[in-house]
Amino acid sequence: MSEQSDVSKPAPRLSLRGVRSALAGPFDLELLAGTCLAVSGASGAGKSLLLRMIADLDPSTGEVRLDGVLRETMGGPSWRRKACYVAAESGWWRDTPCEHFAPEHREAGRAFAMRLGVREGAFDEEVRRLSTGERQRLALVRALVLDPPVLLLDEPTGPLDPESVERVEAVLAERLAAGTTIILVSHDPSQAKRMGADRRLMRNRRLEPLS
Amino acid sequence: MNAITLSPQDLAMAASLVAFDAALSLVLRLGLHRQVLVAATRMVVQLIAVGYLLRVIFALKNPLATLVVVLVMAVIAAREIAARPERKFRGFWGLGLSAGAVALATLVTVGLALATAIRPHPWYDPRYAVALVGIILGSVLNAGSLSLDGVVGAIDRERAAIEAQLALGANFRAATSRLMREAVRRGLLPIINQMSAAGVITLPGIMTGQILAGLDPMEAVKYQILLMFLLAGASGLAAVAVAFAAMRRLTDDRQRLRLDRLH
Repeated sequence: MSEQSDVSKPAPRLSLRGVRSALAGPFDLELLAGTCLAVSGASGAGKSLLLRMIADLDPSTGEVRLDGVLRETMGGPSWRRKACYVAAESGWWRDTPCEHFAPEHREAGRAFAMRLGVREGAFDEEVRRLSTGERQRLALVRALVLDPPVLLLDEPTGPLDPESVERVEAVLAERLAAGTTIILVSHDPSQAKRMGADRRLMRNRRLEPLS
Repeated sequence: MNAITLSPQDLAMAASLVAFDAALSLVLRLGLHRQVLVAATRMVVQLIAVGYLLRVIFALKNPLATLVVVLVMAVIAAREIAARPERKFRGFWGLGLSAGAVALATLVTVGLALATAIRPHPWYDPRYAVALVGIILGSVLNAGSLSLDGVVGAIDRERAAIEAQLALGANFRAATSRLMREAVRRGLLPIINQMSAAGVITLPGIMTGQILAGLDPMEAVKYQILLMFLLAGASGLAAVAVAFAAMRRLTDDRQRLRLDRLH
């Protein structure tokens, strides 16, 4: 490849080449900055496995690159800080949502929570008293405040009511416009359309184009 | 020393108490009489066998024979530790890391005792080495199994919370430090209980045994204090070593959570 073509065609934000594990793949993907990919498919098809492999939470072989830089050139935690995975089932390790944020991120966290329609006060309540939907949105906020270049979202609007879905989509659209790349697991075809996302179908642990 | 030698008749008298337990089980229909009798018989057979074995080993005064006995005891303790958690490590890792922790805790404390406080001649005199290892392995087993069960159980239970932290870029160590502390604390509780209850709520076995065998109480107390310190050290070492090794095995060079390494 010549210098010329390198300049004319920027390195994709996120690229996967032959990424596979014993359980799923191989996967090949190229996503530009500010684009969204929506993955749908039956339960157990391998959607979460794909996101977990990209985030390096599950071992995989093959090449994953961020802006052309190979994943293995940085440590696991640094990589995951850049390709942030938000699980479908949120995990918590302290009493209140607020304590899950670094002090410098708390203000931004409250602002995001408000925009996502999380009840005021939920931020300082005990996590176990919150509704599933509140927990899900606050888990998304934890990733949003880090402003990672890649967001890997596993059914981010799964347990939400239509109004909250709209709010989440608005915030995600804003991140896309700012250049964040998003891979989204979603069962809702209209959601992919609203997000202007490319759609792929996960079937038998392989990605297929959706016509 | 004027130890009162026990005759078989004396033991038979005491055995009637076990028969009483069995009768109780029959009358109250507890369904335990069989188990009581089997356990009592096992205890008698095991202890008599150990008695004969120790007699032979003590007479041999052979470092190799002593080492073999000590190793067999240590491996049995390691197996018990590895067997405790509900989910076990794949392959030989559970036994391996338990054995490492048992070896570390036992060697350090027994070595310290034999080199400083007790100093028998020769230093490997089985009368001291085997007895010390036996007592210390009891505490190592307690501390190690509680700690390992704590680590594996907590990691399994808290999987979502740990992975949520990892997904946000936390180090594995940071994401699991609280679980680690809780596991080690669990492992240390028995020895803390044992030390605070010693002499007030319970008369420790060794001390009681020595007093029954005719030793002056103050001498017996000094031995017991030394032993308690050794047990405390061994418990701490075993609990920490097991927890660290298990944590290390549950992650990898990319700091993932590797629950796939458990059954």
